[in-house]
Amino acid sequence: MTDLSLSNQTMAAKPAPPNAAAAFRLPTQWIGVAPFFIFALMFLILPTLYLVVGAFQGREGQFTLDNILQLVSDPSISNSYWVSIKISFWSAILGAFAGLAIAIAIVRGGLPGWTRSATLTFSGVASNFAGLPLAFAFIATLGRVGIVTTLLRDVLNINIYAMGFNFLTTSGLIAVYLFFQIPLMVVIIVPAIDGLKKEWGEAAATLGATQWQYWRMVVIPVIWPSFLGTVILLFANAFGAIATAYAFAGPALNIVPIKLYSQINGDVLHNPQLGYAIAFGMIVITGLANVFYIWFRTRSERWLK
Amino acid sequence: MKSGRFWAWVVFILGAAYFFIPLLATVEFSLRMRRGVHSFDAYQIVLGDPRFQATFLYSVIAAVFTIILGVLVVVPTAYWIRLRLPQLRPIVEFITLLPLVIPAIVIVFGYIRMYGSNSPLPFLGSNMGANALLVIGYATLALPYMYRAVDTGLRTIDVRTLTEAAQILGAGWGTIIGRVILPNVLIAVLSGAFLTFAIVIGEFTMASLLNRPAFGPYLQNIGANRAYEPAALAVIAFAITWGCMSLIQILSRFAPKSANRPN
Repeated sequence: MTDLSLSNQTMAAKPAPPNAAAAFRLPTQWIGVAPFFIFALMFLILPTLYLVVGAFQGREGQFTLDNILQLVSDPSISNSYWVSIKISFWSAILGAFAGLAIAIAIVRGGLPGWTRSATLTFSGVASNFAGLPLAFAFIATLGRVGIVTTLLRDVLNINIYAMGFNFLTTSGLIAVYLFFQIPLMVVIIVPAIDGLKKEWGEAAATLGATQWQYWRMVVIPVIWPSFLGTVILLFANAFGAIATAYAFAGPALNIVPIKLYSQINGDVLHNPQLGYAIAFGMIVITGLANVFYIWFRTRSERWLK
Repeated sequence: MKSGRFWAWVVFILGAAYFFIPLLATVEFSLRMRRGVHSFDAYQIVLGDPRFQATFLYSVIAAVFTIILGVLVVVPTAYWIRLRLPQLRPIVEFITLLPLVIPAIVIVFGYIRMYGSNSPLPFLGSNMGANALLVIGYATLALPYMYRAVDTGLRTIDVRTLTEAAQILGAGWGTIIGRVILPNVLIAVLSGAFLTFAIVIGEFTMASLLNRPAFGPYLQNIGANRAYEPAALAVIAFAITWGCMSLIQILSRFAPKSANRPN
């Protein structure tokens, strides 16, 4: 406050050239955001860079691509990447379409008003209900002595475990991840569907468009970028998730985050540099996904203002 | 149109079934500890477990410190960006979104390597240091949510007019932020705070890798060793998340809808 009024006074008394005034005020301007940038640098950017640099270094600090190459050549690591990508991809796609269907149903389906607010409230909760408790809930439901498992066995005589059901398969994990993926899609896509202006529907109808043409030529092109962007967000969301899968099987499950977790905990790969490389690979994949997300996002915001 | 409504109901009911069957089954399972009858035994055992109390208390305290740290980092920055440095907005927004890009496990791995006990900044050399690092890590995880909440709150008030009015009355920067801006965005800050609480309270990865006695690792331990208690804990965790989200919804009713700009 004091130095600001001082600078105003000096400027008022003696009109300085604008450049000089800007140079004088620059430091005080930056003090306001310095804590944030120091925080971000120390606890977000530098630790990440540390790993990225480490991924390209050998044990003695020399530059090498061995660690990165080992991600591909070591079958257990490359396999864990594949499993992770598969789970993230399918849980994102299925979650996105299911979430979109629910969002359209509650916004445009002509359902009573309470369904919309109830769904949105519930989605807010469920999208944050992840991690260990989610795994516990599914074990209580579909575990070997879970309620639904025993009901199916005793009442309908269906033994899902004899049919090959297991949480530790790709499809098992996808089914569980959908519990937070679908609500996240609903939370993000409902505002986008709300953003469809009524006038567009009326204009289409005036021009003689059928319901199908209205959807194909107006709704889908407008929603598409924000839909695709959310799919990518869901992908990154599932890709970094660890606690739910860890609760099912501990370190036994072969997905990337768990592989990295075991590596950090006990150096199971006997090579810390390889841990850096695994972390680097994760950043590359989620980073690429988010580059697309930002791109689609800016495209969709043009329409939904 | 009639068939549209039919399909909307089908979708809605299928969705409701997918989400409610596991929740109802979990509640039912958690009540089955005593053979043949429904009882709250599992809840009694969990709530009476001293480790539950200790770890839950630890995580609540960690969450409170996380919220304080988050507010201290985010509010002055978001305010200053709106007031003086709008050209930095894209950079700051990009940084606040980074925790969604970089998985938590990668961030904490970086901490462990950078702040180990023989590094220049040995956070992990002492107990308090490790606690501080956990709070810092949580604040990083909560950064995207906290920043968005506060920025949305700031959008609804006239930052410039309020600041100038306070300056004319002789307020310093601390007074302006603490006694003028913060009360005006309090509802937004509280929304961010409850969301942070919901995220942090059962967090597993960071707490476990930093070896902290938090609620997340306790949950994992119970989940690996017990049958009925995890279901009870899942119900409790769901109730906590629900409570936080309800508080946010209630608070949002009190939030100002638009700036009261003098026209």
